[in-house]
Amino acid sequence: MYRMANYDEPLLNEIEERKARHVEIKISDKIRREKLNLPSLSERDVVKHFIHLSQMNYGVDTGIYPLGSCTMKYNPKLLEEVARSDKVEHIHPRQDETTVQGSLEIMHNLEEALCKITGMDAFSLQPIAGAHGEFTGMLIVRAYHESNGEERKEVIVPDSAHGTNPASARMAGFEVVEIPSKDGRVDIDALRSALSKNTAAFMLTNPNTLGIFEKDILEISKEVRKVGALLYYDGANLNAIMGKARPGDMGFDIVHLNLHKTFATPHGGGGPGAGPVGVKAELEKFLPVPRVVKEGETYHFDYSSRHSIGKVSNFYGNFPVLLKAYAYILMKGSDGLKEATERAVLNSNYLMSKVVGKHYTLPFGGSRMHEFVVSAKNLKEMGIRALDVAKRLLDYGLHPPTIYFPLIVEEAMMIEPTESESMDTLDKYAEIMNIIAEEDAELVRNAPSNAPIGRVDEALAARNPVLKWGDF
Amino acid sequence: MPTATAAGSAGTRNSRNNMKKLMEKLGIENIDELFEDIPEEIRIDGIDIPPGKEEIEVEREIVSILKKNKSFEDMPSFLGGGIKPHYVPPAVRHIVSRSEFYTSYTPYQPEFSQGMLQSMFEYQSVICELTGMDVANISMYDAATALGEAARMSKRVSRKDVFIVPKNISWEKKSVLANYAKNAGIKVEEIPYDREGRADISALEKYGNGEVAGIYLENPNFFGIIEDRIDEINEMKEKTGAMVVMGVDPLLLSVVKPPSEYGADIVIGDGWMGNPMNFGGSRLGIFSCRKEHIRQMPGRIIGATVDKNGKRAFCMTLQTREQHIRRGKATSNICSNEALCAIAFVSYVAIMGRDGLRSVAIKNMENAKYVASKLSSIGFETPFSRNFFNEFVAIPPVDAEALNEKLLKNGIHGALMLGQHFPELRNGLLYGVTEIHTKETIDRMVEMTREAINDV
Repeated sequence: MYRMANYDEPLLNEIEERKARHVEIKISDKIRREKLNLPSLSERDVVKHFIHLSQMNYGVDTGIYPLGSCTMKYNPKLLEEVARSDKVEHIHPRQDETTVQGSLEIMHNLEEALCKITGMDAFSLQPIAGAHGEFTGMLIVRAYHESNGEERKEVIVPDSAHGTNPASARMAGFEVVEIPSKDGRVDIDALRSALSKNTAAFMLTNPNTLGIFEKDILEISKEVRKVGALLYYDGANLNAIMGKARPGDMGFDIVHLNLHKTFATPHGGGGPGAGPVGVKAELEKFLPVPRVVKEGETYHFDYSSRHSIGKVSNFYGNFPVLLKAYAYILMKGSDGLKEATERAVLNSNYLMSKVVGKHYTLPFGGSRMHEFVVSAKNLKEMGIRALDVAKRLLDYGLHPPTIYFPLIVEEAMMIEPTESESMDTLDKYAEIMNIIAEEDAELVRNAPSNAPIGRVDEALAARNPVLKWGDF
Repeated sequence: MPTATAAGSAGTRNSRNNMKKLMEKLGIENIDELFEDIPEEIRIDGIDIPPGKEEIEVEREIVSILKKNKSFEDMPSFLGGGIKPHYVPPAVRHIVSRSEFYTSYTPYQPEFSQGMLQSMFEYQSVICELTGMDVANISMYDAATALGEAARMSKRVSRKDVFIVPKNISWEKKSVLANYAKNAGIKVEEIPYDREGRADISALEKYGNGEVAGIYLENPNFFGIIEDRIDEINEMKEKTGAMVVMGVDPLLLSVVKPPSEYGADIVIGDGWMGNPMNFGGSRLGIFSCRKEHIRQMPGRIIGATVDKNGKRAFCMTLQTREQHIRRGKATSNICSNEALCAIAFVSYVAIMGRDGLRSVAIKNMENAKYVASKLSSIGFETPFSRNFFNEFVAIPPVDAEALNEKLLKNGIHGALMLGQHFPELRNGLLYGVTEIHTKETIDRMVEMTREAINDV
């Protein structure tokens, strides 16, 4: 069983200092800084410090990381290797186009591949993260309606949507209308009555956050189209459908993808990621500038679209992440991407068959795709909550699933094993989840006891904010 | 010699065998049984891209495409404009290459993420020390989106609509800011720059007290000039009652007074330390502010607390500002950020140490001054203040574009042409010079520039 290392690692400012050299600062007295309270350490001590900290952290390389909607698949090492090049790292974003033809070619090829995978006509790689892609998409929605002389004010989202959906719509100045789900899917009647000439867009994740495919998608897109609104695809769950179906064929007008989920680029503890946005041809002119265009055998940045929403980030997106995703696509290819999806859905269904039972129940009927959400509410009578199960999993050296999301499931545990995990790993995971449900409730409530620290007092952190070392 | 086996094909073969076993266990014969919810008319079988390739082929293909790039090693460059080449100590790369860090997710389970959380807490501490602010988040996407978020935060705090920026900030920042501002009911207005190339603070006199949400200033500014008008900015802040947002280069802050001493309420910037140029991507946006405004702050914040045994511990905190809790009412939609870049930043600072940072800052300043004086000696004009950090504007005695073409042919990338976005500086060049430029490289560039001037 995996055991995480446990150090009483001091903060950087608590480590014994080496003698700092004196540096003369020839700047006018008026603005010269006298005191700079930063540590002065030997490289040896700094490296030891961060290696200790890394050993108190869990990553995909450590073991299964089945966070629902996060697609924590294995990150092939080739991806890191190709990005570790002076041709990637030591390239200035303002270099003359003739000196960055390699980067532009990678971007162009990636855009093309993403179009093929999603069934869209054009992509922008500029958004830096999934939520940033949503924001970009919402700016395009606004620009589209404005170009039609319309000022539509509402964006509809299902109650099972990721929190970023309503937040992104609001950031783009829309009012958010939330509609209830019915049996774990979009309630078509609720959607129909919410739709109006004031609807700018409907944002949908498909399969949704319950792992359920919205099988009425063609009817949904017809209804949305009927009122002149746009259909937006949150690509967080694209891993469930690659090579099986395309959002573009379902009637989606705009999609964002999370390259750090579906396309195997690492999450970096929260980033950097990439959230490219794809659109149908009629919306292409609104995409951020610059676009990457190919003329003959050379590539250019094109700033010419008058209708473009402008820029959403400083330069062209997180290039190393784009490159890694491109390497992943080359490696997997047509067959490999489809198979990744098949295996991801198979793994999820297999794990579900082992987890669902008297302890963990499956809300709503029907089948599931790459992820599933169980309810741990049956454990409540023993005084155990989903949070307790999650913390107890840590004692077995396993990373817990996403918990308490989506909000429409009581004591939700949202599990996405991805295609990377073996049958043995899945068997073990299910076994441990079921063992925990039958363990002494007191023991489970007090978990973890085998992690570097015990359960963290998060309420204290919020009540009494200590946000830097000077605050202690 | 055995041929390399690829993760692609070898992995795929294994995967097929295992899939059969899993399917048997689930009692399904055809994998498509799991995809029956997808309407038949939109089902596809595979994607119209080439089949998967061996690992070694993919590596070769990518290397051959990237060969078409010219890196700083191939072609020294004197580009500025917000991003510049800097040295990254190997130890920084080693630290961020630890896969326990780089393959982890956002630290939702603090008991299994103390390493990342403590590093992030240390990053916040370092940012606060440099900027003089009370609190920093764990990062925005980049400096431009940090500016957009700062404008929105200024409006939330002040409930006013006007946000003022100097005319001389980068055009990219202006475009991103417009997108963040316009749908929040924020009106962005510009003030000119003065004869020294500094934001003309006196232009703010037309605004009455309480009219303005926020004013954005930079230190150093887009022309590289170091801000030294401490009293004037404080006075202006008092008169207008506006929030002051400062965009900074964190390196400069190791040698000049922190923005907290000249009225800053929010300090943002490009967190380049420890992070390569990367064609402008995978760079973090610094975001820090005063504690009275913390509830209006965007982004993830890490706090210290204790575990149930009273041991020091770290976790994400003040999450009620964030989208996964507040949904449509969150301060921002940001979720994924640039966390690993923040780890690179804090390890860079730790390895350099306070004296190391200061030495690099001084070296940047000296190198830039050296380039400027060499250029002056061959007929360049420097139109603005000589009080610059590691970028400066210079006007060549010949056509800037022709000069750059000539240099490029000779294997040197010239400075950034300003004419397109600053018509009044139509022959202006913005030079970026750092610790990475050796005297030999500089002298070679100057010599080639001198030759080019004679030829053009």
